[in-house]
Amino acid sequence: MSTEHLIVALPPHERSSVSISRIMWAVVLALVPTTVAGVFFYGIRPLVLTLVAVAFAVAVEHLVVRYLFRRETTSITDGSAVVTGMLLAFNVPASLPFWQIALGAVVAVGVGKMAFGGIGNNPFNPALVGRAFLLISFPVDMTTWPVPGAARLSLDLSAVTGATPLALVKDVGSAGLGQVDLPSYLDLFLGNIGGCIGEASALAVIIGGLFLVWRGFIPWQLPLVYLAGLAVVTGVAWVVNPGIYVDPLYHVLAGGAMLAAWFMVTDMTTSPMSLTGRIVFAGSAGVLTGVIRLFGGFPEGASYSILIMNALVPVIDRHIRPRTFGHGKSGGAA
Amino acid sequence: MQKLKTFSIGGVHPPENKLTDHMAIRDLPPPPQVAIPVSQHIGKPGQLQVERGTTVRVGTLLAKADGFISAAVHSSVSGTVKKIDSVIDSQGHRRQAVIIAVEGDEWEEGIDTSPELLEDISLDRGAIVTRIAEAGIVGAGGATFPTAVKFSIPEGRTIDTLIINGVECEPYLTADHRLMLENADELIVGTRLLMQAAGVARAFIGIESNKPDAIELLQERIRLKAGEGKIPEGFISVLALQQRYPQGGEKQLIQAATGREVPSGKLPLDVHCVVSNVSTTIAVYQAMQKNRPFVDRIVTVTGKALVAAGGGANLRVRIGTPLGAVIEAAGGVPDGTGKIIMGGPMTGRSVTSLEVPITKGSGGVIMIDRSEARRYAVGHCIRCSRCVGGCPMGLEPYLLEKLVQKERYEEAEALSIMDCIECGSCSYSCPANRPLLDWIRLGKGKVGELRRARMRGTT
Repeated sequence: MSTEHLIVALPPHERSSVSISRIMWAVVLALVPTTVAGVFFYGIRPLVLTLVAVAFAVAVEHLVVRYLFRRETTSITDGSAVVTGMLLAFNVPASLPFWQIALGAVVAVGVGKMAFGGIGNNPFNPALVGRAFLLISFPVDMTTWPVPGAARLSLDLSAVTGATPLALVKDVGSAGLGQVDLPSYLDLFLGNIGGCIGEASALAVIIGGLFLVWRGFIPWQLPLVYLAGLAVVTGVAWVVNPGIYVDPLYHVLAGGAMLAAWFMVTDMTTSPMSLTGRIVFAGSAGVLTGVIRLFGGFPEGASYSILIMNALVPVIDRHIRPRTFGHGKSGGAA
Repeated sequence: MQKLKTFSIGGVHPPENKLTDHMAIRDLPPPPQVAIPVSQHIGKPGQLQVERGTTVRVGTLLAKADGFISAAVHSSVSGTVKKIDSVIDSQGHRRQAVIIAVEGDEWEEGIDTSPELLEDISLDRGAIVTRIAEAGIVGAGGATFPTAVKFSIPEGRTIDTLIINGVECEPYLTADHRLMLENADELIVGTRLLMQAAGVARAFIGIESNKPDAIELLQERIRLKAGEGKIPEGFISVLALQQRYPQGGEKQLIQAATGREVPSGKLPLDVHCVVSNVSTTIAVYQAMQKNRPFVDRIVTVTGKALVAAGGGANLRVRIGTPLGAVIEAAGGVPDGTGKIIMGGPMTGRSVTSLEVPITKGSGGVIMIDRSEARRYAVGHCIRCSRCVGGCPMGLEPYLLEKLVQKERYEEAEALSIMDCIECGSCSYSCPANRPLLDWIRLGKGKVGELRRARMRGTT
């Protein structure tokens, strides 16, 4: 046999079948239950809104790679732009005008990701960059919430709106929580409440998140630590004054905490590299979320807390390193 | 079965592909010509003892050990030395080699080639180590470190545990597995000899749980020998290990067996352990009990297409046999082969020629289909941290890659780049197909240069 066509390469010659695109498309699949829940509670509009966000996110990435980076290939097949589009759509009210979500997607991918060089190089979570941009630019539309089941087949959800569970408990003042009619834990868990598309159903988010844990793409510790951090801060406030502060379970189930815990805190590119570092990152983000919810200007703090922690990732990576074999005290003879 | 032991940091799970584990070992007759390199080990090449025209038999000394870290090399065939020439070995290096034209199969006098089991062992530690050196035994697991050096325990140092490495965590390879099944008694005698050499009263045979037949058989044979009074109770025990790569790495295996961590830059000796591979241990048995030097070894010849076509084998191959003859005996190179690897797929080297000789460290030949042989396009690091999670030494491969690319070698050194055992777990697990280990290996070379320069500077 002729050997001139043999490939010569350094070891290892085996490669894991896990590729970037496999990870990203798994995340897309994990977001499907939340999409379904969104449609179930708010009708057809959230689905259309998500598709618009995804379409613009993908289009921007493609155009930037082709005409600004001048590359022959495109990177959109890796699925990461699809993830960003979906997460952005899940972080806005179902009633948001289409042109606004489109603009948000352009900023999320164009500024949040491609401006830094594309996949892997962005310091901040692109979807949250998009959401922060939308919240600052269109504060009214971004805080007007349709109520569940108002208009299942209509694209106009502006007729019946209500407050989110977190807005209900924000700054209740001296009158206390007694005067507000809070949703039940079951409604919070299932998603029968007002809020962003992906904030609604804690159950749907958990199903998707558990799928990613099972596939080995996210460590199970991160969502738990994030939610624990949130629960501790809100728990302390609740113990001190249960009259005006709602209990930690309510905080964990309400708002964007679940989506943040399973899909934002676990974002690979914008979190630290060592497991210990990632746990510190997640716990700190949880604490910050609670602090913003209790004492900040906004009823919800999930996205800002994560953006703040994103900025601290290089610091965490510098100071928290994995334990190196043979350097610890456990070395030496028994 | 007790809870499976393993190491504490990192590790990956490549597909096993142990396609040849049911194939009994076959003898490959000597080929018409062999090329025996005088350097098949770590350390100084052997000193040549023959010249063109010398008549040799199987077991004739071709090169004697030169200095402390070196190893003897023997003829694996009978015939006439045709020439002394340089050949390319499996690592891609040019090596001086003895080329022998084979005539018949005559063995040196005093070598016992019968299959009879000899269990009575010498109790003289020094004599065992001397014989291991004379027989040219080196680590047959692939590291090829001279075994006699490993067992020459310096004055004042003590060893309390011998670990026999039957892990064979590399995918595809089944040579040690077959040896454990077919030569269990010889392995036990070899283990006793090494225990005697190291002066220990405790030995573990570490085997991954994907070889339950080997675990069971060895446990049974050890019980039997203990019952016969040949070995004390609890003297040798089989350690079932979790399937996890690189479980067979020396430091990982020591930790799994004893809980001890070899400190950075130190040797197993520093935690009172010594590790020997299954093939090596059986070679020690052969040397001591049968007076047979290291002249052949078991080679797994495998590959998906090869085995699917009815080929594949575990062959007992004479050292110096050309790769081509070994592959031919196992079914030939299948169509569509894109890469031929000598060694395991995680740490072995791809070869360019079928003339490459089998040496003491060659445990496997793997033929990889063209579709699996190419490297995929390299993508951006997405900071998924799979390389960090997979590294069994607790290093940060993504960061070492960047530092080496930027030629920041001092920083790479500070981040323990020299602790890398080159197992390949990082490159294996990278979803962006980044050649992490290639860069780290380059960095290790550069840091080594820096260190040597520093040593020169201070003396």
